[in-house]
Amino acid sequence: MTKVLMKGNEAVAEAAIRSGCRLYFAYPITPQSELIEYMAKMMPKVGGTFLQAESEVAAINMVYGAAGAGRRVMTSSSSPGISLKMEGISYIAGAQLPAVIINVQRGGPGLGDIQPGQSDYFQAVKGGGHGDYHLIVLAPSSVQEFADMAGEAFDLADKYRTAVMILADGMLGQMMEPVEFKPAKTAEEIEALNSQHHDWCICPNVEGPEHHHHEINSLEIDPSVLEQHVYNLYDNYATIEKNELRYESYNVSDDNEILCVAWGTASRIVKSAINELKVEGKSIGMIRPITVWPFPYQEIDAAIGKNVKKVYVFELNMGQMLDDVKIAVNGKVPVDFWGKVGGIVFTPAEIKTKLEECF
Amino acid sequence: MEIIAQRPKALTKLSFTYCPGCLHGVAHRLIAEAVDELGLNDVMTGVAPVGCSVFAYKFFDFDMAQAAHGRAPAVATGIKRARPNMHVFTYQGDGDLAAIGTAEIVHAANRGEHMSVFFVNNAIYGMTGGQMAPTTLPEMKTTTSPYGRKTDDIGFPIRVSELINSLIAPYYIERVSLLTPADIIKAKKAVKKALLYNKEGRGFTFVEFISTCPTNWGIDPLKSREWAKENMLPFFKVGCLRDKGEGVE
Repeated sequence: MTKVLMKGNEAVAEAAIRSGCRLYFAYPITPQSELIEYMAKMMPKVGGTFLQAESEVAAINMVYGAAGAGRRVMTSSSSPGISLKMEGISYIAGAQLPAVIINVQRGGPGLGDIQPGQSDYFQAVKGGGHGDYHLIVLAPSSVQEFADMAGEAFDLADKYRTAVMILADGMLGQMMEPVEFKPAKTAEEIEALNSQHHDWCICPNVEGPEHHHHEINSLEIDPSVLEQHVYNLYDNYATIEKNELRYESYNVSDDNEILCVAWGTASRIVKSAINELKVEGKSIGMIRPITVWPFPYQEIDAAIGKNVKKVYVFELNMGQMLDDVKIAVNGKVPVDFWGKVGGIVFTPAEIKTKLEECF
Repeated sequence: MEIIAQRPKALTKLSFTYCPGCLHGVAHRLIAEAVDELGLNDVMTGVAPVGCSVFAYKFFDFDMAQAAHGRAPAVATGIKRARPNMHVFTYQGDGDLAAIGTAEIVHAANRGEHMSVFFVNNAIYGMTGGQMAPTTLPEMKTTTSPYGRKTDDIGFPIRVSELINSLIAPYYIERVSLLTPADIIKAKKAVKKALLYNKEGRGFTFVEFISTCPTNWGIDPLKSREWAKENMLPFFKVGCLRDKGEGVE
């Protein structure tokens, strides 16, 4: 395959279609508009469903219905819209439905602005909706990775019967980079995907003589039944934590004097600063969580070499992943933080200055 | 021996959990009978609301989804778009459909979504203990309108069938009553017609049931039907508002 130059919003949409997604429900919001527009243009060409919902709330509930019918389905939005979807996301978690949700984050709180931000980290990994649940949360740092995560998200959602969020931002959504796509699923492969959940999903009863009664439901009025249900959800989450942790280790060595932790767009800027300092003879490593839930606590701890004086966290927020890094470091060395907010993205030079102050 | 009446196949063996005198059981049975008669059992799916009929997903013996409050038409849209060869209905009360779910019902109807909606209007929130509904009548007392519904403060009851009838896409809209045996026979015809049109892929069909809530109205079951006849039917007039199959528009 040759590479094509595409915006992140369009690349992830194309990759989702190639992964067998044939149902997409969403509501327009900046800076993810190219995603919904790409789906509007391309879904009819592959015999899929594109539906512009009347609201973010309706869109996520359409996802609940389509996921309950056992088919690959996706929605996307940006921060304020994701807040509106949180009710439905909680129901999807409770009913154990496979679905993919993309958040092209912008600055907040409230209506905020339409520039890139990372201030929905807590919402994505610490809850957001009501009740005890988790989403698998994937955090891309390039357009290529954003696109690759679409297929990965669907595979994870189907494997674990859980919602998977791709936590991108306005930078990744709007930026153009060369992308190489995986081959599109064949009609036979899509047919197999459509019938993979027939043992529990809403579908015509064509297999047995007895009609079936499948329930898509998050209600358990008996406390002891609900208690067991939540325990079962957490057994599933424990398996995910064990099997599906992803992170990038960059320039990590025993020589490191500083260990950086950054995710998504912020991480690529930190990486540039590390490269410049490397030329100047300074040894700085970085851990980049690729899954922000599950989170690489032990891997961060293990990357703190004997010469590390400080762990430095950089985010485009006021310090959210910072809390998880502090849990990982557990007081072993000081943890410092610097962030930019308001939709303002820090530069490699600014990060370099911050890191130079540590030596 | 000839069987004259029996439990519809489309109902599970569970006993209904509704209050004595409640008409949800009647509405459930009408839907189940129609599903049996139309032979839809293997391709039917229903969406239960939040409210007294939240457990409807346990009572119908085909695939069922339970939706968040008011969102049943959006959930049904997702199901139908994902499985076009399934036939989908929602079952919703007045708080669910006409208050918190107003956007979802209006837009599903406006898209002409291929589904049936069964809307039970008893002018009150039952499950939560008798609060004011969007269809609560003027001066009617509820736990959140203890001095009666004041129209200058909270407005008038919403006539949902008429509201849906202002849209172009819906195929069939009828308001029926469950208050007398004769009314129930007519209601059955409306339910069966809605599901027949659904089976035939004609589009959006909507049946509103005028019902009662003896428990929260504080009136015994028989008297509550009289009360509804005297107070609800003048405001919510029964009849077919639209039937494109019969040329009624």
